[in-house]
Amino acid sequence: MHTSSFLRDCLIALLILALLAALPMLWPSRGMSDFVIRLAAFGIFATSLNMLVGYAGLESFGHGLFFGLGAYSFALAMQRLGTSIPAALALTVLLSVVVAGIVGAICVRLKEIYFAFLTLAFQMLLHSLIIAWTPLTGGDQGLTGGVPRPPFLGIRLDQPYHLYLFCAGLLVLCLLLMRHIVQSPFGYTLRLIRDNPARATSLGINVWAMRLAAFIIAGAFASIGGVVMSLFVSGAFPDFAYWTISGEAIFMIMLGGTTLFLGPVAGAVMLLALNDVVTKLTEHYGLVLGLIILLFALGLRKGLADYLAELWHQRSAAPGSAPLPAAPFAEPSNKLSGE
Amino acid sequence: MLLIENLSKSFGGVVAISGVSLNFTPGSLTAVIGPNGAGKTTFFNLIMGTLLPDKGRILLGGENIAGLSTPEIVRRGIARAFQIASIFPSLTVREALLAAVNAQRQQHARLLARFPLAASRDRAEEIMHMDGLATKADMISRSLSHGDQKLLDIALALVLEPRVLLLDEPTAGMGPEERWHMIDTVQRLWQREKMTLVFIEHDMDIVFKIAQSIAVLNYGRVLAEGTPAAIRRHPAVIEAYLGTEYAAGRA
Repeated sequence: MHTSSFLRDCLIALLILALLAALPMLWPSRGMSDFVIRLAAFGIFATSLNMLVGYAGLESFGHGLFFGLGAYSFALAMQRLGTSIPAALALTVLLSVVVAGIVGAICVRLKEIYFAFLTLAFQMLLHSLIIAWTPLTGGDQGLTGGVPRPPFLGIRLDQPYHLYLFCAGLLVLCLLLMRHIVQSPFGYTLRLIRDNPARATSLGINVWAMRLAAFIIAGAFASIGGVVMSLFVSGAFPDFAYWTISGEAIFMIMLGGTTLFLGPVAGAVMLLALNDVVTKLTEHYGLVLGLIILLFALGLRKGLADYLAELWHQRSAAPGSAPLPAAPFAEPSNKLSGE
Repeated sequence: MLLIENLSKSFGGVVAISGVSLNFTPGSLTAVIGPNGAGKTTFFNLIMGTLLPDKGRILLGGENIAGLSTPEIVRRGIARAFQIASIFPSLTVREALLAAVNAQRQQHARLLARFPLAASRDRAEEIMHMDGLATKADMISRSLSHGDQKLLDIALALVLEPRVLLLDEPTAGMGPEERWHMIDTVQRLWQREKMTLVFIEHDMDIVFKIAQSIAVLNYGRVLAEGTPAAIRRHPAVIEAYLGTEYAAGRA
């Protein structure tokens, strides 16, 4: 049974990938394909943050550290080292694992608010470093001059459809891997720790080590989000490492919800779409967004995907019958296509 | 099995446990009783490594475990259930037990496998049957009744296959019916698993019904220990705690 649930996830992933691959044919629009590439960057990023927030109970405010690190590390590797794209990607993930190992070792010991703010402090440290180290990073102008896109394995990222498909493929692959991780024994160990760390300890679990592992894995995936962003803008900018990028990911998981695996992706769709619509209509983007967040926080008290899932469960549960075999995390969500 | 020697712990100037020496023989069923604030829960916390003792030794099968971390003590065979059920609220009963079995078998860090591990299933089902939770396997833990949450807490301890099981007020906050159901379950588990069981309890009907031996704590010290019959006759215990209701001859 457990093998078949993995196969089911693979099938869903293939289906989504096929849909995304066909989308530019059905709806040929530059805006649409740009949207999907941005969604790939933020979908990976927000889902990786939700591994910490939703599954491990680690509320990081500084997850953008790894998004920014990923974008700069990838762009610099391509510009300065002249490596191939897969090598730069591998190098970026490796660097993020090392940085997340160091930052995490210091942070995951701390309790909620201290953990949150220390991660934020590390992120701002990276941001300051980027601003200050102008010769390497271009300072506050960002890393300009373009990211070279040499072909590899027949993939030519200088062609728009290839870039589109590569980013969509990374999104689906990263989501599939993260889904597998949260459904592994390790993923359930994280849930134990989130629910009750003291009890997890008395089951013989080394809570610190498990949290650190989660922090490293989430950091590695977030850096891949940064790589996609760097490919999209063909450079890297200090904004990618600024605290607002962490805030956006937090908004995404608030909008989408933390309990369904695809909730953060749904949130990313919503926030990016809102961004596009609202900035066309008004300059007061922050005000409109703030109101919408308030509406979610005070009205639904949960993300939209979580809200819809709960509604669905209530509908399908016959009144007065035994409680559903409810498995809050076990069901894959089809909300991506439904949003 | 579990030998406590001269165990002491103070918080600042407050003495919580002072020179406690007790011997829990293999397979025994012992009640720890005493007034509120006598140090009963602190005593458990010291055994489990939740608190570090200031002085004294805790010998498990001859090995001193005082000063070890909780996971290390758990691995050596002591488990506990808590006064306020300590469970995993958002997981189903089955999920929590499966994940706990993984932890007990050191399979909990596996990334490539899929949850649940086929090898963990039988054990999780067995524990649910032992503990009487089989019919509630798919319920979310937070939606269980108070009594079932306490049973789940005990089930989580049983996963660890303890040689020594510590139960902190297993019947606290329960109605009469739930209470006796819990006690039946505890007694059945003890007989079946042949473990050394120590429980803290305020209900003297329960204590005198099932305990083989009783240890009385008062102001962090052992006021008395012995068989239920001896404790009923113990003048200091009657004065400090039991009153005349449970004194020998009355009950």
